[in-house]
Amino acid sequence: MSRDKRITEDDAIASLSDGMTIGIGGWGSRRKPMSLVRALLRSPLKDLTIVSYGGPDVGLLAAAGKIRKAIYGFVSLDSIALEPHWRAARQSGSIAEPVEYDEGMLQWGLYAGSLRLPFLPTRAGLGSGVMDVNPNLRTVTSPYADGEELLAVPAIRLDAAFVHLNRSDQSGNAQFLGPDIYFDDLFLGACDPGHRYLSCEKIVDSADLLKEGSFHTLRINRSMVDGVIEAPNGAHFTTCEPDYGRDEKFQKAYATAAADPDDWAAFQQRFLSGSESDYQSAVQQWKAEQ
Amino acid sequence: MSDVTPTGTSTTPTLADVVVIAAAEAFRGDGEIFASGMGTIQTLAARTARSTFEPDLLVSDGEAFFVGNELPIGGTDKVIEGWIPFRSVFDTVWGGRRHVMMGASQIDRFGNTNIAIIGSFSKPKAQLLGVRGGPGNTISHATSFFIPKHTTKVFVPKVDMVSGLGYDSVAGLSETARRHHRLPRVVTNLAVLDFETPDHSMRLVSVHPGVSVADVQEATGFDLVIPADVPVSRAPTAEEQIVIDRLDPRGLRHREVS
Repeated sequence: MSRDKRITEDDAIASLSDGMTIGIGGWGSRRKPMSLVRALLRSPLKDLTIVSYGGPDVGLLAAAGKIRKAIYGFVSLDSIALEPHWRAARQSGSIAEPVEYDEGMLQWGLYAGSLRLPFLPTRAGLGSGVMDVNPNLRTVTSPYADGEELLAVPAIRLDAAFVHLNRSDQSGNAQFLGPDIYFDDLFLGACDPGHRYLSCEKIVDSADLLKEGSFHTLRINRSMVDGVIEAPNGAHFTTCEPDYGRDEKFQKAYATAAADPDDWAAFQQRFLSGSESDYQSAVQQWKAEQ
Repeated sequence: MSDVTPTGTSTTPTLADVVVIAAAEAFRGDGEIFASGMGTIQTLAARTARSTFEPDLLVSDGEAFFVGNELPIGGTDKVIEGWIPFRSVFDTVWGGRRHVMMGASQIDRFGNTNIAIIGSFSKPKAQLLGVRGGPGNTISHATSFFIPKHTTKVFVPKVDMVSGLGYDSVAGLSETARRHHRLPRVVTNLAVLDFETPDHSMRLVSVHPGVSVADVQEATGFDLVIPADVPVSRAPTAEEQIVIDRLDPRGLRHREVS
């Protein structure tokens, strides 16, 4: 029997410190580890570097003033093209160090980090504004006959990683049942052992993992995970196919509230002032009112 | 050539229909690659091309699957013929088996585009989408554009941030780094444009029905290359019109351009 790694969101967050680099899996408003993000919002942690294909995770943390540096491919709610808190944070200049990458560059940085390489070469980003706004980026020349000059995307190493999967056993052998794993395996791979946290809709026996999906869905194994959190509806309001889709009505309410300081204060008071179970109850009540 | 109104077209198409077929023409001759569209008109264009003159194209549902059947905009009745999660999208982009049609908030005479920000990066006057996949797309494979409002605010002398590379932005790169860069076509609510000039500065290819050459130049914040003879953008054929109506039964295209 493998080690029982079950913990709570608050246990995970309590293990972190100010100034850490935290990678958050998912993509835009899809399969985001929102219960961990909500726990992070409740904590006093600050001066964080957040690495993400950003959605409401980055938006909420930016609005809470927790982000010093962000390394991102975008910050979007998918069906709402631009995350409203992100728009406000960028336009007020409140993110001290925004590191904007081409979407593929971000994958390359995480992949280099997960392979313990200093960089990986690509053409994506060359000649673009990404080079102008990230003056630390360097190029590398192919040592072969072509002599091509390529962008060397620096490895991204993480102090902590959060991902949300559909199923996991208590040791962190985890399963995605939806259409895309996104880059969750790379976020875990790029993170030093110690703070690799995986939430899931349901913890199941290892022997039951293949009951709901083929072995192809077992892309995350327990060597990549330090703590497992059972978080039903934990990705809400983002997608977690096939368990549930995006709560578009709630996302719209979120985005509308985010556009106005008074509305946002009311939204925070109603949904984000208590525990995760308070949040889930408040959402249920909100749904009943609709 | 294909932009000239064919003889025998009898019905009067709407502007959106002309735009869709002009955008679909961007994919003509592409063969068996991923025709990808960012936005309603762009998606409709890729699917129209596939259902008519470019049947080998692959099109996706915008999520993670290639769709083998004719899928209307917003349709859910899919025949899944392949899996294209984001990681495979990047592989396909960098491998060059793709032609994307994007949008642009700004575009300049050499085809540099901006979807990222207006103003300065450190504190943007307006935060837009960000560069997203623009840098990787434009350096890796054909990238075309659809712009719903052709104005001097969009067609600018210089973009605020280069999210998609224009021909002058790749000029300084290694020959091997720039060899896959190609911007086949820009379609707007007024006209079709391309970069088929000696210095790759933007050229007027055709004007949509009812639009004059002067209208297009006036809405453009730099000098266009204007050939002596500028044809009118063609209407969809009767067969193409049936396909467009089938792919967009709710007429969403008319909300994009009218």
